[in-house]
Amino acid sequence: MVLGKVVGTVVTTISHQDYKKRRLLVVQPLTLPGGVADEDFIALDNTQAGIGDTVLVNREGNGARQVLNNPDACVISVIVGIVDSLYISDID
Amino acid sequence: MLFGRVKGTAVCTIKYQDLEGVKLLVVQPLDKHLKPLGTLQVAADIVHAGVGDLCVMVRSREAALAMTDVKFVPIDLAIVGIVDELEVRPDGDFDFVLKKGWTAYT
Repeated sequence: MVLGKVVGTVVTTISHQDYKKRRLLVVQPLTLPGGVADEDFIALDNTQAGIGDTVLVNREGNGARQVLNNPDACVISVIVGIVDSLYISDID
Repeated sequence: MLFGRVKGTAVCTIKYQDLEGVKLLVVQPLDKHLKPLGTLQVAADIVHAGVGDLCVMVRSREAALAMTDVKFVPIDLAIVGIVDELEVRPDGDFDFVLKKGWTAYT
C-alpha cells in the first residue's frame, strides 16, 4: 500500500461496469525529503475521499478485488483509507 | 490506472483467436497534467473510444479482466473509461514530502 495525496477528480460517464458507482481520483504518492517523486496514478475511491486528503492506496489487483467484493474486477488501485496522522521516527 | 490519449487505430488480421472482434487503439500514456509518458502503446478498447478521446486505462492482468467475454486473453493495456471532466490541482498546492515525527493530516 502507498501513501498519497488526492490532487484531482476524474468524471467518466462512459466507463466499464466495474467502475460504476465509485469515483475516480488522481493520487500523487508522497516521498521522503530529497527523494524522487513516484508517478501519479488514478485510483478508485472506496472511502469518500476528496481533493487534499492524504490517503492509503492499495495498488494490487487481488486486494482491489477483495475490497470491491468482485472476483473479476478490472481495478488495480483502490483508496482504502484516509490518513489522520503519521509518525515517522527516522528519515535517513 | 493511468490516463491516455487515443492517437489512432491498430488493425491485426492475424491474432490470438479470442481477440477476434476486439478493437485495438494506439494510445499515448499521460501523466496528471496530460503530459506524455513514454512511447505510444496499443490498448484494447471496450468502451468505444475514438481518436482524440482522453481515456482511463488499466494495465497488467486487470486489463484482460476488463474484457467482456473471455477473460484469459493476452492483453496488458485496456481502455476502461472515457474522461468527460478532469480537475487536477497545480503541483504547488500540496506538500508531497513526508516529515520526521508526528504529522496530522486531518
